[in-house]
Amino acid sequence: MKADKKKELIEAAKEIRLGALEGIHAAKSGHPGGSLSIADVLSYLYFYKMRIDPKNPEWEDRDRFVLSKGHTAPALYAALALKGYFPREELEKLRRVDSFLQGHPDMKHTPGVDMTTGSLGLGISAACGMALAGKTAGKDYRVYTAIGDGESEEGQVWEACMFAAHYKLDNLCLIVDWNGLQIDGPVAEVMNPTPYKEKLEAFGFNVVCVNGHDLDELDAAFSAAEECKGKPTAIVAKTVKGKGVSFMENQTGWHGSAPNDEQYAQAVAELNSTEGN
Amino acid sequence: MADKIATREAYGNALAEFGDKYDFVVLDADLAAATKTGIFKKKFPERFFDCGIAEGNMMTVAAGIATTGKVVFASTFAMFAAGRAFEQIRNSIGYPHLNVKIGATHAGITVGEDGATHQCLEDLALMRTIPGMTVVNPADATEARAAVEWAINYKGPVYFRFGRYAVPVLFDKESYKFEPGKAVTLAEGKDVSIFATGIMVDMALKARELLSAEGISAAVVNVHTIKPIDREAVVKAAEETGAIVTAEEHNVLGGLGAAVAEVVCETKPVPVLRVGVEDSFGRSGTVPALLELYGLTPENIAAKAKVAVAMKK
Repeated sequence: MKADKKKELIEAAKEIRLGALEGIHAAKSGHPGGSLSIADVLSYLYFYKMRIDPKNPEWEDRDRFVLSKGHTAPALYAALALKGYFPREELEKLRRVDSFLQGHPDMKHTPGVDMTTGSLGLGISAACGMALAGKTAGKDYRVYTAIGDGESEEGQVWEACMFAAHYKLDNLCLIVDWNGLQIDGPVAEVMNPTPYKEKLEAFGFNVVCVNGHDLDELDAAFSAAEECKGKPTAIVAKTVKGKGVSFMENQTGWHGSAPNDEQYAQAVAELNSTEGN
Repeated sequence: MADKIATREAYGNALAEFGDKYDFVVLDADLAAATKTGIFKKKFPERFFDCGIAEGNMMTVAAGIATTGKVVFASTFAMFAAGRAFEQIRNSIGYPHLNVKIGATHAGITVGEDGATHQCLEDLALMRTIPGMTVVNPADATEARAAVEWAINYKGPVYFRFGRYAVPVLFDKESYKFEPGKAVTLAEGKDVSIFATGIMVDMALKARELLSAEGISAAVVNVHTIKPIDREAVVKAAEETGAIVTAEEHNVLGGLGAAVAEVVCETKPVPVLRVGVEDSFGRSGTVPALLELYGLTPENIAAKAKVAVAMKK
């Protein structure tokens, strides 16, 4: 990846983090931790990898992204706004009764949202359906879906993995946002779903493990995913929950609570002062 | 028309028949031989996808396929569609109003010997609480075939309730026209109206004969669409006959009887008596023995009709 492009993606990731926190702060509710951990992946996909057109969100040949970990919608909305699917001013209306930005993604009312998600374990199955339909129709679009590590405790995630491998969905790329924390505490203590690499390989996936905040590593992994034929790829992305805001990083409590005015101001200041990864 | 055909059989045949005419795909969860989607699979193997014994995944995969503009049928037993995969249907098909047709077979106690775990008596109640879901329960093979063709051309989620048990063919294939949401009066009457759905329609017609022998004139209305319920037909029956009996192979809670009673209470209050499974689970047995045990008989419908008529006074 060229240096100027990388700089652009780092900047986009910062804007995604700022946009997500702006919405959550305004709504006084939402999920900052997982929104911040997935921001670099979203930046990479929406501003580099995916074949999409914000002027034509329903384009049938577009690549798809399904946010299976739907509670981190604020980050997705920020990416979509930044990409031009809708005005950035909408972000501050997050979760408001007169807004199309629902607490969890709603494909019917938000331009650019490819699938309604929020109930954990469902998005990955929907992504499988999109990938299967693409293959059946002879289309070359790719389907990306991000799950949380806590989400992988849902049995349906593994039903979907079986399905993806069985139908050789090499146009499907699963991202595991491995930030290590869920509502009740560390994922490894609540209900340990690891080892990811071995499990996903046993389920028939090509597995690539990366630092989910390193754009070069992400680039190598997503490129490898495109080249892998005959099986789906899973990118296990080790991330930091709350990434980029010192007091939110690796704190379970920031899974689903909003910053107050003071905390928000500090978070914005920290993000704005951050250079690079 | 003395032939007996299960509506699941008609469903499988319809998929195979219309597969030539329309572009759609079919999913099943390891029950193709039983749901009869296997008939379609045999003819169009490249458009059939087995999802294995993973119904929740199947429903959401169907939703994903539907987002690409393709019509998709997803089949399993009613218990594992409306029951096990309720939340997937609600959140990934119903909420985004995706174009998925759920072909749920083996509904009700006429599953027979497999017993209570497989006898779904709640699906109508569950499915009709999902906003935007159309719920169709055909009475015979003719109606099942026509409803399937309608659904292929309708854009939105549809839940089909089909049965395992062979039932008489009531309607003429050439002249039958399926109108969604429209209850069909099969026989006029002035003392009481019997609203029946699915396999109970044939029994309602038989109950009408029993009542006629006792000097009671009963109308029989076939309610193939549980949702949206035909409010006009219910109000009209309440006004014209002043008493209603409902008949369904389902728990008396939440299904056709509830839907009719809701409309009656809000518009023209008259007695409404419900024939169905009286809030209990099923059990193993032959189908005739189970129908008798749970009161899903023309005799019970007629008996309730007489009570309803008496309540008018």
